[in-house]
Amino acid sequence: MFRRIDPEINYNQVTVYIDGHGVAAEPGEPLAAVLLRLDCPIARKTPISAKPRAPYCMMGICFECMMVIDGVLSRACVTAVQQGMQVERQCGARDIEAWKHKK
Amino acid sequence: MRHTVDLAIVGSGPAGISAATEARLHGLSVLVIDEQPAPGGQIWRGVERNEGRNHHALGKDYRVGIEFVMALRASGAHYMPDCQIWQIESGFTLYCTRKQDSFSVRAARVILATGAQERPVPFPGWTLPGVMTVGAAQILLKTPGEIPSTPVWVAGSGPLPLLYLTQLRRFGGRIGGYLDTTPVRNIRNALPFLPQALRQGSELLKGLSWIAKLQFQGIPTFRNVRSLEAEGEPFLKRLHFTYGNGKARTIETNVLLVHEGVIPSIHMSMGLGCEHSWNEDQQCFVPVLDRWGHSSTPGLFVAGDGAGIGGAKAAVTRGRLAAIGAALSLDKLRPAEGERFSAPLRRSLDRSLASRPFLDQLFRPREDVFSPPDETLICRCEEITAAEIRALARIGSPGPNQLKSFTRAGMGPCQGRQCGYTVAHILASTQGRSIGDVGYYRIRPPFKPVTLGELTQINQEEMPL
Repeated sequence: MFRRIDPEINYNQVTVYIDGHGVAAEPGEPLAAVLLRLDCPIARKTPISAKPRAPYCMMGICFECMMVIDGVLSRACVTAVQQGMQVERQCGARDIEAWKHKK
Repeated sequence: MRHTVDLAIVGSGPAGISAATEARLHGLSVLVIDEQPAPGGQIWRGVERNEGRNHHALGKDYRVGIEFVMALRASGAHYMPDCQIWQIESGFTLYCTRKQDSFSVRAARVILATGAQERPVPFPGWTLPGVMTVGAAQILLKTPGEIPSTPVWVAGSGPLPLLYLTQLRRFGGRIGGYLDTTPVRNIRNALPFLPQALRQGSELLKGLSWIAKLQFQGIPTFRNVRSLEAEGEPFLKRLHFTYGNGKARTIETNVLLVHEGVIPSIHMSMGLGCEHSWNEDQQCFVPVLDRWGHSSTPGLFVAGDGAGIGGAKAAVTRGRLAAIGAALSLDKLRPAEGERFSAPLRRSLDRSLASRPFLDQLFRPREDVFSPPDETLICRCEEITAAEIRALARIGSPGPNQLKSFTRAGMGPCQGRQCGYTVAHILASTQGRSIGDVGYYRIRPPFKPVTLGELTQINQEEMPL
């Protein structure tokens, strides 16, 4: 959906893992910006009806970009990328059986 | 862990930075608490990081931010990034979380400088991936430096869409078209205020030059646009709209940026019980403040766009005035000194706000921004439609808080930031009341999400900053 202004310059010095897939990213950039460069820019599927949502406001007030980041549900747009960050998309409402299984 | 300061400032945009540097001049100990990872707020976002890069295309108003941020760094004010404040108790004690560590701050005075947000503009399909605000796109331009990879369509009204399109052009972005939703009658209504606005001459001329540049670069432009309807599965694929005197049109796009003006961030000032009044011209609630920016809550000041939309220059001045007000109230300044320091600031503020009446009329939001079609999702978080709200609005005249209880609208993570005004407008028009009468959701802490672990971690061990 989005691309770098200057793709010939490589600012991407770290790797973050989004649903297990390694993605090159620039240290300190907003995680939501990394998401928007992917083929699948979806951040989550809603708990009510499992509809896909992607970043909308980029300033922390819409909460569409909530993802599980290093184990904690956080907004990707106010989270600065760090090496080895583990990011998971939430897909629909939490399922207690699936959660028990993960434990 | 607990820290103690004279003055806590929430936010590090033009107002927050200016309040901090001014307060330091008068000997106050200052802590600036920022949700973002670096100073600058939204308008100067990423300005330190972008200094070495060739981003002159962002313009002079952006680059001036680096001087302010450097002044903040050199001022002796403490600066804490990545912090979320979830509660402020009177006295004051601010409760914050930073990367899952919670702590508290005791401050004798607080200045809220949380800025503005874009007015929510619900329309069918606005929750589709690919629909974003113009502000979001501009943030991406600054951090980390991204533009839409396909030709972008922009729909809205106000100076920001024009600024963004101008900047995007400079960066080699492709523009599909501009859908101007400004109602034609606004121009007539704004003209009487033009002479006063020209006192602030250069700003207005700058805006007009953006419009001229766009016209000459042959960007498809549609005027008097209404009835937006976005469509696509699973991402945005096309947009339907009407223009002119009601002609219908459909365009294909994967990225749509929308904007219908900015409104003060009132979430915290409302949550802290400050009195607010309804501003009919700007169609928003504004905190009731005295000439120093002091709110109805003792010791709590509001500065910047959160005090009322006025732009960056006005925010800088309001920040300084609030800091002087705080210093006066702590007896760090004598009243005569306060008057002497503030007099030129007040004149500057008058000049900065001279074009507001003109701009407020020119870009006054059209009625249908607040009365979207029935199938529109009003509450994005809980997926509540306009139809559901209208149906319940007719039964027993509920206010926003009862409506929240009935539908869960406003109970999602955004806490009503995206639906509060639309719900209030729908209630007002369905029930034949004014917005001021209907009111707004009752905002309660936590102001940002906080885990139980973070809540229990707070201890009272005093630590120096």
